Amino acid sequence: MNELALAVPWLGKRYPAAARWVVIAIAVAAPLIAVLFGKTWVRILDFAMLYVMLAIGLNLVVGFAGLLDLGYIAFYAVGAYTFAFLASPHFDIHLPFWLVLPAGAACAAVAGIILGLPTLRLRGDYLAIVTLGFGEIVRIFLNNLNHPVNITNGPQGINMIDPLVLFGWDISRPLRIGDEITVNSLFLYYYVFLAFVALSVVLIQRLQVSRVGRAWAAIRDDELAAKAIGINTRNMKLLAFSLGATFGGVSGGLFAAFQGFVSPESFSLMESIAVLTMIVFGGMGNLAGVIVGALALTALPEILRYVAVPVQQAVFDKVILDPEVLRMLLLSLAMIFMMLLRPAGLIPAYSRYSRPELVVAKAAGEDAAK
Amino acid sequence: MSHTPILQLRDVKVAYGAIEAVKGIDLELAAGELVSLIGANGAGKTTTLNAIAGTLGISAGELLYDGKRIEKLPAHKRLRQGLALVPEGRGIFTRLTVEENLRMGAYCRRDSDAIEADLERVFAMLPRVKERLQQVAGTLSGGEQQMVAIGRALLSRPKLLLLDEPSMGLAPLVVEKIFEVIRSVAAEGVTILLVEQNANLALEFSQRAYVMESGKITLTGSGADLLADPKVRAAYLGEV
Repeated sequence: MNELALAVPWLGKRYPAAARWVVIAIAVAAPLIAVLFGKTWVRILDFAMLYVMLAIGLNLVVGFAGLLDLGYIAFYAVGAYTFAFLASPHFDIHLPFWLVLPAGAACAAVAGIILGLPTLRLRGDYLAIVTLGFGEIVRIFLNNLNHPVNITNGPQGINMIDPLVLFGWDISRPLRIGDEITVNSLFLYYYVFLAFVALSVVLIQRLQVSRVGRAWAAIRDDELAAKAIGINTRNMKLLAFSLGATFGGVSGGLFAAFQGFVSPESFSLMESIAVLTMIVFGGMGNLAGVIVGALALTALPEILRYVAVPVQQAVFDKVILDPEVLRMLLLSLAMIFMMLLRPAGLIPAYSRYSRPELVVAKAAGEDAAK
Repeated sequence: MSHTPILQLRDVKVAYGAIEAVKGIDLELAAGELVSLIGANGAGKTTTLNAIAGTLGISAGELLYDGKRIEKLPAHKRLRQGLALVPEGRGIFTRLTVEENLRMGAYCRRDSDAIEADLERVFAMLPRVKERLQQVAGTLSGGEQQMVAIGRALLSRPKLLLLDEPSMGLAPLVVEKIFEVIRSVAAEGVTILLVEQNANLALEFSQRAYVMESGKITLTGSGADLLADPKVRAAYLGEV
């Protein structure tokens, strides 16, 4: 929370407590504002929450431990397919979500260790290539495991996945309060996802300032030196992979329940790159930056889709540039400008990241001195 | 000087794949000694040091620390027994502050009162470092970074300190300061094994020294004797 509050312009450094409430208020009110522009926007917000979870999970691996992972979406896939296997008519298993979601998280964590073990001695480019391969292998497996025994149902994917049922309450159905008000399930999903994101943020912040977080920072900056001060670098790297994967797995499970449908094409290399782009854009290693990056890069293409087409039609009477083309173009341009103007991202990780309270104290001190 | 060796290498070989970088060396350090290992580029000095610290595995031979075999022990466990390495090229955590770097040295310790006391001791030894506690370590000068690296190693309370080329890339004046620090560390009773290319300085500072040449130890003796040795003077001190 601290980091997010600090990231609020102007207010953050002066009144961190007020800024914190602003962040909470925005998070809670977001879908109510979004719905004014149409229900689609609430749906986009739901997806944004899933991407935030993915981004903070990947940030743990790349930003904290410095392990460049280009196949992160594979863990999202593992979580989603685990959910699909255990809660759909596909195998006719319908376990409750509080069993299925942890199962997905656990499978993803194991997948993380499976990826981590053979890559322990790799760094940088080499690690990136192997993780990229891993992501593709998972996707290709999902695509082809429909014969001789049909496990994943191949490219058709698995549908009719059970929705989230929280202790008997099916949140995919509109909630009726009295006779007048019905709350669309998109809102309910949003708040459930928001709760998961909030929990993840708290967990990751605790992790970052823990011994484990410091060990990751050491490995990221200099692996040999990390060994030399007594860090078990092998275990710490495996832990980073598996914990990062866990967040991906949970996010994947929620995605499966939300969509009701999973297929291999949702887990392409481009998705891995999109998540990585979010954290680079937002500010690698900084939780607030990563969250803002994920929100911005989920919302931007959608805004484009709804703005670019009508604008072009109004100006040229026809659509010259397909929004999908525009999206890639603008995203690339945004990245180039970011690298030129703010190479450390929108909200850079501050050096004293392990003790945010120091930054607050220092900022307060500077203001007092003025 | 006591006669129980704190560190013993017996016919130690280290290989990178098929290439043997250290071809069977014997080395011995008594507790409290300051010993240096000198030699030309590629002689295998850094490899030897990394093998002792456990960041590299050995392919043959025996490594004894405090009389116990340690060759199977991973690096992080060797540190817990008091064997600390200051890696070549300083190896500080560039994105952490100086203070965080130092505190990372005590990563394996739980005795927080003693850690604070040790921090004060390190500050007393390295006044320059104390002035820059809140600075990001990557922005320090080379000499300051080296001091931070040494200070960090000291915070693990080592019995044996392995120093890999502390003078590398530093101006002569700074090198002198670094060596003063090393001497004061030695005066506290820490055993030191120093790898150096700056043979002149290393030999002046050390009680004993080993000369390494293409993976083997070719000469050994007291620092003063080696300094006077014409072969050493010719090979390492630039005299013809």
